[in-house]
Amino acid sequence: MFGYLLRRVISGILVLLAVSFVLFTVFAKGPAQPALAYCSKGVCTAEQLDIIERNLGLDQPLLQQYGTYIKGVVAGREINSGTLSLDCNVPCLGYSFKKFEMVTPFLLDRFPATLSIALGASVVFLTVGVAVGVISARNRGKPLDRGLQGFTMLATAIPYYLVALLAFLFLVSKWGLFPTTEYVAPFAESFSGWFKGMLLAWLVLGLFYTTAYVRYSRGSMVEALNEDYVRTARAKGLTDRRVALKHALRAALVPVVTIFGLDFATILAGTIFTERIFNIQGIGLEALQSIGQQDLPVISATVLIAATFVVVSNIVVDVAYAALDPRVRL
Amino acid sequence: MTDMHHPSSTPAFLEVDDLTVRFPTRDGVVQAVTGLSYKVELGKTLGIVGESGSGKSVSSLAVMGLHDLERTDITGSIKVEGQEVVGLSENRMRKLRGNAVSMIFQDPLTALHPFFTIGDQIVEGYKAHHSGVSKKTARAKAVEMLERVGIPQPNRRVDDYPHQFSGGMRQRAMIAMSLVNDPKLIIADEPTTALDVTVQAQILDLLQELQRDFGSAIVIITHDLGVVAEMADEVLVMYGGRCVEHGGGKEVLTHPEMPYTAGLLSSVPDLVGDPRERLHPIPGTPPSLLSPPRGCAFNPRCGYTHLVPGEMCTRELPPLESGGRGSAHLKRCHLTDSGTVLAEQLPVYAGTAMDPGEPAGPTAEPDPTPKENAGE
Repeated sequence: MFGYLLRRVISGILVLLAVSFVLFTVFAKGPAQPALAYCSKGVCTAEQLDIIERNLGLDQPLLQQYGTYIKGVVAGREINSGTLSLDCNVPCLGYSFKKFEMVTPFLLDRFPATLSIALGASVVFLTVGVAVGVISARNRGKPLDRGLQGFTMLATAIPYYLVALLAFLFLVSKWGLFPTTEYVAPFAESFSGWFKGMLLAWLVLGLFYTTAYVRYSRGSMVEALNEDYVRTARAKGLTDRRVALKHALRAALVPVVTIFGLDFATILAGTIFTERIFNIQGIGLEALQSIGQQDLPVISATVLIAATFVVVSNIVVDVAYAALDPRVRL
Repeated sequence: MTDMHHPSSTPAFLEVDDLTVRFPTRDGVVQAVTGLSYKVELGKTLGIVGESGSGKSVSSLAVMGLHDLERTDITGSIKVEGQEVVGLSENRMRKLRGNAVSMIFQDPLTALHPFFTIGDQIVEGYKAHHSGVSKKTARAKAVEMLERVGIPQPNRRVDDYPHQFSGGMRQRAMIAMSLVNDPKLIIADEPTTALDVTVQAQILDLLQELQRDFGSAIVIITHDLGVVAEMADEVLVMYGGRCVEHGGGKEVLTHPEMPYTAGLLSSVPDLVGDPRERLHPIPGTPPSLLSPPRGCAFNPRCGYTHLVPGEMCTRELPPLESGGRGSAHLKRCHLTDSGTVLAEQLPVYAGTAMDPGEPAGPTAEPDPTPKENAGE
């Protein structure tokens, strides 16, 4: 178990190094001139550009620049921008000259909002999605199952941003059925304010993912219900309910957990539409703005964070696998 | 259909009468079992033999009430201890399942849940029929059952998962699980098919030993005639969803009166025979249950239809009736004096493979006269 985790962590770190290096190369050698982003209004003389590049260390060899960046992530570093010198603490993800802020504390500040969206939405789509999937599977072939399947197909076909936008426009702006969406710190400020502010975003994002989870869990539940051990359980004289909810569901959940791990990581990495439409200041919204402003340190930081979530969730999924299935030994 | 004549006075524990099981599908109605009748008494073993798709498993699942009733039409009668099971409510049926009637499945690796310990799975069956039993008692019961079926260190192994058991041990655990409520009827569906040959014999011995101790009735479903020879007091051969031959175990295996049974016997390798001797597989494939052949279902594969006048085999379904060996041996065949004909045509099978203890040569006599076997 320990050896396995160690190996997984090391390979995860290698993946992240590869991602960050590609990212770094693309930004340094790509068509976008990084230094240009630091000119006022994007206009600089060649002389000014040279100064900026020297100050940022952009005139140094690529590998050395990358080394400085990685050293900053693991050990922190000092950032010089010509006139001022700033301490960038671990994990240093750079300094945004657009916002005049360190990237790490700034994104950490935005993270709770995104985490709130991800947690709340996950609760919605896991409970509703798996429950509907199980009901559908237990009634497979019957009108109820067909109705549910048809409905989820239809719901999947509508683009998410449209659903979110319409939900916001009608439920909040026009009819006032939901309070205005916003992020309120649940512990520092108000828990009920947090709940009210996030509710619509949870429901909309959660129900959108629900359609996929209905399909996953229905499929794996139908398969589990056809297993020999489910017939054995019925042959023991257990109730159908117990057979379905204990024997079949336990097996059906395993593939769902795998998909959930990746989905959760993706949501954590930033729900751009959700944050934009519901005006929640999370990581996704920052990623969107930084792309518009060509704020390279923030863009690379959000990409690196996303990659980290995917790597970590993969390891967590494997551990969850071993916890769910006694045949899996790590 | 002709009912089996039972001279015995003890009422049968399981009585199946004119059982028909059909599955309506998009492509038509699958006639899985048609007009099947049999009885099993306590302490006795019935072997149901047939190819896959012959209806042998389907008929037994019907006894357990394990078919999805929304996709299955069941008619006829199944009486367990005098109680009608066909049409019984799910609630009442559940009280029988795993209790008075229990089932042992073919492949214990897939039939046991991989995520729960052996102990949990035994305890669950026990608790389902003993409400209010303490955890400790239930666990003690599981350990006792594992010990009973010959699992070493049952105290420790009770907490193992199925994948930590060997194939034979898993089947023992499966048997422990199905016997936990002292069932009076055990349906064993190919209990040894997934096991090594050496383990097969151990499992059969165990079943026989448990039957002696508990006095249960056993229905053993198999395609393995060796299993039947070892276990069965009575044999029922199924083909195309129907019973085609029914009689005493040894009687049917040594004096088949239906070409299909004879074919099964001659397709079994003979341990004591000449190794260069070719096997005689039955030509062709099992019949479609969606559109069974007209007349006798076996006629497209039968080598004896030319001996029956008037193309009866392809025109009329033969009745299940007694042949030349008394009323306890029924056959479904138009062929007159079929036992003699089959014995002459296929001397290979007669009294050989089934009893390796005896030399093959001298007993292989195609004479249907010995009276000690005929009738009861």
